Amino acid sequence: MQFEFKIMGGDFASAGTASSEVKKVLKQINIDPKIIKRVVVALYEAEVNVCAHAYAGKVDVKITPEEINITITDKGPGIPNIEEAMVEGYSTATPAVREMGFGAGMGLPNIKRNTDKMHIESVVDKGTTLNFVNYLSKTT
Amino acid sequence: MNHKEIAKILNARIITGEGGEQTEYQYAFASDLMSDVLTIDTEHLILLTGLANLQAIRTAEMSDISCIVLVRGKKATEDMIQLAIENEQTIIECSYSMFKASALLYNAGLESLY
Repeated sequence: MQFEFKIMGGDFASAGTASSEVKKVLKQINIDPKIIKRVVVALYEAEVNVCAHAYAGKVDVKITPEEINITITDKGPGIPNIEEAMVEGYSTATPAVREMGFGAGMGLPNIKRNTDKMHIESVVDKGTTLNFVNYLSKTT
Repeated sequence: MNHKEIAKILNARIITGEGGEQTEYQYAFASDLMSDVLTIDTEHLILLTGLANLQAIRTAEMSDISCIVLVRGKKATEDMIQLAIENEQTIIECSYSMFKASALLYNAGLESLY
């Protein structure tokens, strides 16, 4: 099963729509609720990141009997230092993002916490690609 | 306790989710920072927040939180109400401060996470 969603940078009203759709699909196919929560929290954090920092992005979701594999690709300023961005509390978010209840520098660490495998690549002034995987066989 | 008891304790108004008395809540978490809410892994939890925007409802949705109490007299917007109805979430509007609302619910038996 495969899905694609678009994300618009700065469009906070729509942030979370992909996560919401994915949650509905995973519920319909009877995935363990604990795994669903981990997947959608990670995806939602990633959606908010794209809204907060990039110009546009897309989400590719692949569901197989073994795993849920999600890739978020964005066009944007990129991340100059990924190691730094992975440190809890490090943030470059604008005051507008903080007013939305985010921007505490917890997004990427929380994505890592909620996934079984995570990989991030970024090119400054081009964009960022984030891939994460949640295995289904571990707890089902 | 259920959402009707919560509303009574807080002298508050239930905006969405009039039904659903069967859902019992054991814990409460109070925060305006949605990044913090997204790190919680506890069931039967209500969220107290002064953040009245769509992302508060979305964050609760992803965190499996079905009851959101808006404190400090904050009002739910129309798009928040629509999303909460779609997700079968309860929104309660309360005029008390976060501190007072938390204290009243704690004294009534809701537990803290940390």
